[in-house]
Amino acid sequence: MATMVQAIRMALHYGEKHLGVKDIFGEDVGPPLGGVFTATQGLETTWNSPLDERGIIGAAMGIAYAGDRCVAEIQFCDYIYNTIDLLKLAGNACWSSHGDWSVPLTVMTPVGSGIRGSIYHSHSFDATMTHIPGWKIVMPSNPLDAYGLMISCIEDPNPCMYLKPKALLRVRGEEGIPGEPPLTKEGQKQLSQMIDAPLGDRSQWKAKWPEGLTNYAIPLGKGKIVREGTQLTVVSYGRTLPVCKKAADDLAQSHGIDVEVIDLRTLWPYDWELIKESILKTRKVIYVNEDTEVTNFGEHLIRRTVEELFYELEARPKLLAGAFTPGIGLADPLEMASVPQLNHVKDAMIEVSQETA
Amino acid sequence: MGKNATLKKSNELSSTQGGLKSVNTSNDEFQIKKDVLEKIYDSMAKARMLEERLIKMYKQSDGYFWIGGPGEEAFNIPLGMLLKKGQGKDYDYLHLHYRSSAILLAMGAQPVDSLRQMKNTALDPYSGGRNFSNHYSVYDWNVIPVASTIETQYQTAIGTAIAQKRHGGDGITIVNGGDAGTAEGDFASCLVWASRPANPLPMLIIVTNNGFGISTPSQGQHGEKTIADRAKAFGIQSKVVNGNDVEESYFAIKEAMDYIRKERKPYFIESQVSRLFGHSSASGANFVSGEVDCLNEFEKRLVAQKVMTESQMKKIKADYEKEFLALAQQVKTEPMPDPSTIYDYTYWNQKGKYW
Repeated sequence: MATMVQAIRMALHYGEKHLGVKDIFGEDVGPPLGGVFTATQGLETTWNSPLDERGIIGAAMGIAYAGDRCVAEIQFCDYIYNTIDLLKLAGNACWSSHGDWSVPLTVMTPVGSGIRGSIYHSHSFDATMTHIPGWKIVMPSNPLDAYGLMISCIEDPNPCMYLKPKALLRVRGEEGIPGEPPLTKEGQKQLSQMIDAPLGDRSQWKAKWPEGLTNYAIPLGKGKIVREGTQLTVVSYGRTLPVCKKAADDLAQSHGIDVEVIDLRTLWPYDWELIKESILKTRKVIYVNEDTEVTNFGEHLIRRTVEELFYELEARPKLLAGAFTPGIGLADPLEMASVPQLNHVKDAMIEVSQETA
Repeated sequence: MGKNATLKKSNELSSTQGGLKSVNTSNDEFQIKKDVLEKIYDSMAKARMLEERLIKMYKQSDGYFWIGGPGEEAFNIPLGMLLKKGQGKDYDYLHLHYRSSAILLAMGAQPVDSLRQMKNTALDPYSGGRNFSNHYSVYDWNVIPVASTIETQYQTAIGTAIAQKRHGGDGITIVNGGDAGTAEGDFASCLVWASRPANPLPMLIIVTNNGFGISTPSQGQHGEKTIADRAKAFGIQSKVVNGNDVEESYFAIKEAMDYIRKERKPYFIESQVSRLFGHSSASGANFVSGEVDCLNEFEKRLVAQKVMTESQMKKIKADYEKEFLALAQQVKTEPMPDPSTIYDYTYWNQKGKYW
């Protein structure tokens, strides 16, 4: 039962061993640290870049142009904003060259709240990123999906943005990754001893990777129903997905509300058919994420919901997102009030489920 | 004057503020063979006539915008001739800006395709009618899509050079851009990444210094003695070249390429050039007097050294002018892009609306 960060690490290992990944790089990505969240410990193709986000994205694009596969990391998405025009270039290279060039690269970056990261370690990036055409954008909510989405990003011939929900990086999943040790306490300990770098001197340490890892992939563009329901559809991804799932489970017990929860997994291109089918069943929908609420990605989903399904709805579609503030304040009450928490999701579910057309 | 003397003058130039005057005079003997000189002249004339035709197309409303490189032919034609053309890491990668038509022509690009891009027809092979003039993209020749974003090419160049360094062989990465763009952080990034002791990169980093950033003279843009001095600070071999002089450019580029191919380390060239028709059509695209015209300078020397005659050269230019006029008329009859294709190639091999 790997954590999400262990799952990402194992997928990267599979990528460099079997999928042609030749460079995994970024600030502090290589030894000795192996990434500030340890996502790149023990890998063979990692290296440390200059402290230069634009250089990292530019280098990744060039490596991709040269036909090599790479995974580049921006240490926190808070620091990716000065690369926007390069992200746009990566996204339009195929289009502007009329199909002449592809840019097969993966950029991964931790996003969102949950570690009390204050103003510059708590940003979200999904609202901004989904404004940039030409990329495929994913955000996992559990270790198995984290593994499968990374495999798909590496294999895809297009630029892929892999958003890592930092609040979930240490969380274990319920489903095992094909090839990992047994899903037991002993298995967890065994995996940690195999692939987690020891504290202190690591110069002689080498990871021992599970031998049975596979090319298990989550198809890009495919969401997943993580809880079936009949009265209300909730669409989310990343950190807020397990919050929505718990809220739905709790309300089923306390209020008898039957909520269907969809994990979008790929933000772009997204699984509209899955969303649409669910809304046609429940007639009510809430979109939940933690990026700021103005020009939020969920607003696009609401627009499409209204344009295509208006006469099918029995309640106003709702967006529950982060407060439109310049940042997330450090103090616990400030962060809790800035981005959706369990009580906010429950309140929204109750409100929408009780609304009548 | 021999090659060494030419290079000596080049070195002298690098220790001064520069300037755009020709170093070699009509009396100097060529060190390049006659057939190569003739080929260079033909390509330079072709490039100039092509740019002049593109400007005329713009002025006749057969294009929305012109930007290009008339005045850079003496440097860019030798560059295009000397580079290693092909696809993949064994060949040179080109991260160019929008004044590079002469490089592409020297590589063998078809002039009609530049006209197609100016007219934004469906047959434009570089962008399918989507991009401005002189925004090339040629996968088969390692020409990375040219972008209007100033200086980002210095970032993407890092990556192909990393891949080539790992790959081995003698393929190199070539990047060019203007002097004003060096104010962008991307230029500094390129120098940093190219010269890290942990992994120096096989890159030819070129800045064509025409003394202007759109309408702003260089005095209002940057204050270093020469731009090449910035490369020196990173321990990168560098040279200031009179880009209006064919022979000086030719040997400087060759020396740089030989060094990079063998040493697998970066080399920096500041090429001081002219900008003969202003920044772009936004500033009128009219001929600017008072700047050295590298084509005229080359012609004078070719005549003086009895390599070619004036009538030969006049005929070459007249023939190209006639040919490009006919091609421009042909391009006007070609189909425009189909509106239904606007989503095509958002993703690799994808066509039509995908969401």
